[in-house]
Amino acid sequence: MNAISERPAGLATPLPLLSAVDLHKSFGPTNALAGAEMHVWAGEVVAVMGPSGSGKSTMLHCLAGIVPPDSGHVSYDGRLLTGMSDAERSTLRRTEFGFVFQFGQLVPELSCLENVALPLRLTGVRRREAERRALEWMARLEVDDLGGKRPGEVSGGQGQRIAVARSLVTGPRVIFADEPTGALDSLNGERVMQLFTAAAKESGAAVVLVTHEARVAAYSDREVVVRDGRALNLERMG
Amino acid sequence: MSTTAPAPVPRRSALRAWAGDLLFGARLALSGGRQGWLRTVMTAFGVGLGVALLLAATAVPSALQSRQDRSEARLDFSRSLGAEQPADNTLLIASADTRFRQQDISGRLLQPEGPRAPLPPGVATMPKPGEMVVSPRLKELLAASDSTLLRERLPQRIIGTIGDSGLIGPAEYYFYAGTDRLDPDSGVGRRITGFGDRTGYSALSPMLVLLVIIGFVVLLLPVAVFVAAAVRFGGERRDRRLAALRLVGADTRMIRRIAAGEAAFGALIGVAIGAVLFLAGRELVRGVVLFDISLFPADLRPGPLLAASTVLAVPAAAIAVTLLAMRSVVVEPLGVFRQAQAPRRRVWWRLLLPVAGVALLAPLFSGAGSRRTFNEYQVAGGAVLILVGVAALLPWLVESVVARLHGGPVAWQLAVRRLQLDSGTSARVVSGIAVAAAGAIALQMLFSGVEGDFRRETGQDPGKAYVSAPAGQGLILPAELDRRLRATPGVTGTGSALELLVAADGDLPGEPALRSLYIAPCETLKTLARIDTCRDGDAFSLDNSGGSAGNMMAHFTAGQQVEVGYRSGMGDEMRPVHPNWTMPTGLRPVESAPESLGLVYSGFLLTPGAAKGAPQSHGRIAGYAQVDSGSPDAYDRLRNTVAAVDPTATVYRLQSTEENKRFAGIKRGLFAGVTATLLLIGASMLVGTVEQLRERRRLLAVLIAFGTRRSTLCASVLWQTAMPVVLGIALAALSGIGLGSALLTMVDHPVRLDWASILGFSSVGAGVVLLVTAASLPSLWRMMRAEGLRTE
Amino acid sequence: MAIGQAFLGLLETGPRHGYDLKRAYDQRFGQGRPLAYGQVYATLSRLLKNGLVEVDGIEPGDGPERKRYAVTDAGVTDMADWLGRPEKPEPYLQSTLYTKVVLALLTERPAAEILDVQRAEHLRLMRELTRRKATGDLADQLVCDHALFHLEADLRWLELTAARLDQLAAEVRR
Repeated sequence: MNAISERPAGLATPLPLLSAVDLHKSFGPTNALAGAEMHVWAGEVVAVMGPSGSGKSTMLHCLAGIVPPDSGHVSYDGRLLTGMSDAERSTLRRTEFGFVFQFGQLVPELSCLENVALPLRLTGVRRREAERRALEWMARLEVDDLGGKRPGEVSGGQGQRIAVARSLVTGPRVIFADEPTGALDSLNGERVMQLFTAAAKESGAAVVLVTHEARVAAYSDREVVVRDGRALNLERMG
Repeated sequence: MSTTAPAPVPRRSALRAWAGDLLFGARLALSGGRQGWLRTVMTAFGVGLGVALLLAATAVPSALQSRQDRSEARLDFSRSLGAEQPADNTLLIASADTRFRQQDISGRLLQPEGPRAPLPPGVATMPKPGEMVVSPRLKELLAASDSTLLRERLPQRIIGTIGDSGLIGPAEYYFYAGTDRLDPDSGVGRRITGFGDRTGYSALSPMLVLLVIIGFVVLLLPVAVFVAAAVRFGGERRDRRLAALRLVGADTRMIRRIAAGEAAFGALIGVAIGAVLFLAGRELVRGVVLFDISLFPADLRPGPLLAASTVLAVPAAAIAVTLLAMRSVVVEPLGVFRQAQAPRRRVWWRLLLPVAGVALLAPLFSGAGSRRTFNEYQVAGGAVLILVGVAALLPWLVESVVARLHGGPVAWQLAVRRLQLDSGTSARVVSGIAVAAAGAIALQMLFSGVEGDFRRETGQDPGKAYVSAPAGQGLILPAELDRRLRATPGVTGTGSALELLVAADGDLPGEPALRSLYIAPCETLKTLARIDTCRDGDAFSLDNSGGSAGNMMAHFTAGQQVEVGYRSGMGDEMRPVHPNWTMPTGLRPVESAPESLGLVYSGFLLTPGAAKGAPQSHGRIAGYAQVDSGSPDAYDRLRNTVAAVDPTATVYRLQSTEENKRFAGIKRGLFAGVTATLLLIGASMLVGTVEQLRERRRLLAVLIAFGTRRSTLCASVLWQTAMPVVLGIALAALSGIGLGSALLTMVDHPVRLDWASILGFSSVGAGVVLLVTAASLPSLWRMMRAEGLRTE
Repeated sequence: MAIGQAFLGLLETGPRHGYDLKRAYDQRFGQGRPLAYGQVYATLSRLLKNGLVEVDGIEPGDGPERKRYAVTDAGVTDMADWLGRPEKPEPYLQSTLYTKVVLALLTERPAAEILDVQRAEHLRLMRELTRRKATGDLADQLVCDHALFHLEADLRWLELTAARLDQLAAEVRR
């Protein structure tokens, strides 16, 4: 039942960049993940779909090293995430990964520009340089005119685009997006997805896109369905 | 009119609308979930503390008046009370004050001369010789198992206790003992016809009044700040609930009334708590002694008008704060909007407060001695204005300082930006710390400044005691006192002399020159001064005063006729016993030696042979004793010996450190009080921080997800707490020093900075910051878990 | 698709030749499926017969038919009626997919696989449309969106059915 992800056609890297094998994770009596397996190749956009409560967010959290699985392995670029300390995983998330969430991710008291620059600042980039690079990404997502505003002063779609800019600013190899358009209407959602996937492709970042909306998932190259804590690769590659 | 017609919506009368909305708000206070409850409880607690403190403060004037009334009612020396001749309504009375360990005990010896002799207030039965009436506290002390030495000294049978009306405070150690050995004619005791007179001067020194006023201000203002913080607690959730009410049709005014009703509910409970706290605290007052002052619970009676206004004003203030806090919040049906750009804080009226305070205090600067009285209202007003000024200036200071900050590491940036967005909340809470610290620093300066007043630089080695006993007909002789002192365990050396007062014409008419005459055998005189050779008949003059007495000594020359020996009368009236006595010839000047026993600075040392014709009574016996200071009970044994000789004799311990110890206790108390206040503020800061963290649960989880170090977030919480506190402490130190200097100037003391205390209070402030941060860490840790990312 | 009404609407903006009509139709509504000439003239002759269009003029030339058509008053009324009449919502009660699932369950074949395969196919098409949307103009986008929303609805049904397969199996096999 548990199909193994095949390598998507047309990608040069023979080995997946990010792999999760036999993941188990439970919260109290509920099993969020029960032997899930998933692979992400460099540069691809993978949609993770599934009914609510199926464990797709938990899958993302485990893949990104936010929460350690109860058992199983997650490896990234030849390194075993599951064996790392919290600090090492934090460093990895800071330098190699980017994140976009549904809402509430921008620091309300920082300006939009400072929000985008924040991941760079966390890795020790000087403020001036961080904000210069942040502004470039904001321009790429067409929100560079909002730099001085606070998150509370911009619309939901603009906020998500700022969040996308923030996820891209460190030049990550994988971006984890958990329902990035969940709080937006379809028009704004489409715009965010268009800009997001285009920018990610351009920078060569892989995207793990958790969504329950098929139209959002349609922006992906490939789909993985999480059902009852297991990940199923339904696509016939070819 | 048809009954089927739609009933018109009844228009509520304005009063009913008010009452309905207020009641509804009160119901919300009860049903507001855990947060609402916490807010209600905190409001009630804060208001309760405030009410209790204010009630106590309003009770202070009446309490002081009661003390003074009772103090004057038992007054036993006053010209108007005195009598010359024994009658059936006269009473002989003498002081028999003593000391047991560190505790001063006051006592009077009573000897009625007739059946209508006056009874002291609070005493039901006149004690006969061998009997005594004691205060409850002394009774306890006497009953204590380790008070054997005191029981030896006061062996009289206790026939009753002194009622509250005869005591100044419950902690007083006082006794009335019966005797038959008083004889005013030989200088032992006074003859009076009654007790009680108006003295006209306050029982409390102005200094103490000042301390009380500042103390209350220092305690009250942080409580006010706490109340202000408490009614705002959980405000965002409350506002959201109010928004829901707007959605179902409540208008803006109704919303305000409902919010006011909610605050009023907590405040009303607070008033009840305050009353209970006050009554309970009043009972505790019995056990509190400050500056040797204790109060009866019944003394603390707030004036009805003041009490009523307190009970009304505190809840009203709580409601006012709520409404004021809502001023910047627009509750709309679909949510709550804070006015994006809060009006910039203006500095002028904030600066006006301390300036006005200084202006009020300034006229009192031209001091005229520390015994002068103040206009309490002026002092309190000035101090309050300065301290309130601290509270008012701080939000402005924090805002303007924070607005100028930028750059720095991420943690710093997060904290600065957070404060730039809303510094008011934390600044207001920190205002409490600042006020408490400023007041405490001022008080501490005052204490340290006046400490010198209570310290006697005797220049004496510890371990020396001076006994002064009346010398009279049938009383003990110096030699006998000497013998008995020497027989006391722990006493290693003695010397006793008869001390007579001599008077000669002075420089000014009506102001005679007075000196002491010490009569004792050669071997005793040798212990009092450096005397090489001595034979009976020799006389010496001792001037060890460093010249200040020299002028006085010059009035007494050999062979001069002087007055000698005084009979103590009432008040300042003194009459010589021997108006014409000739000063002996051949006075040899001598000096006192470091090893000398006595406290004889200047005077005449005479051998009995040189003092022929001098009276043997109407003087005092001066006994000097070297006491083994390593033996803890030596002094009490000495006092026992002396009391057995003559209960009216006084024993002075020539030691300089005792009073300081009492001050150390007060300082500790002040420090503890301020620390407790700061902890209270710290608690409200903690609640605010945790609430803020809870509101940001999701954001924190996101920040952690994209790799923010936990230490960065902890540091940002620390900075965010620390920045206002550091500014607050700085402002507090500045204004505390200012206020302390002003107060010291008012009581004519040199301004001296007490760096230790400033540092102490600053560290307590820093400690509170660390404590608040540390205490918020567990919830910060909890909030940072990935569970916070869940979208539900 | 109501080709007749579409022609009436297009003719209302001005008389056209049959060839122009086909081009205009293909451009606006064709979506990659151009009308066959036969269909164009069959439709036009039906409209003529019903008096909804008339021949406005015949131009001499090489082409087989160089007739120019114009809409009649009756035609305008007919189109207005059509526009004002709500379309009957498609109830989609006869679903091939549903039939497949039930048959698979009856014959004890893996129904879940059928659903998954279908799901993958749907999503593949959705991806294609999404890509087309990114390059096309607004008209393309709207048309693609229409299809995407329908596909999404199908996909939701697939998900729902997948979640209730056990329940359905029990009922089918009873």
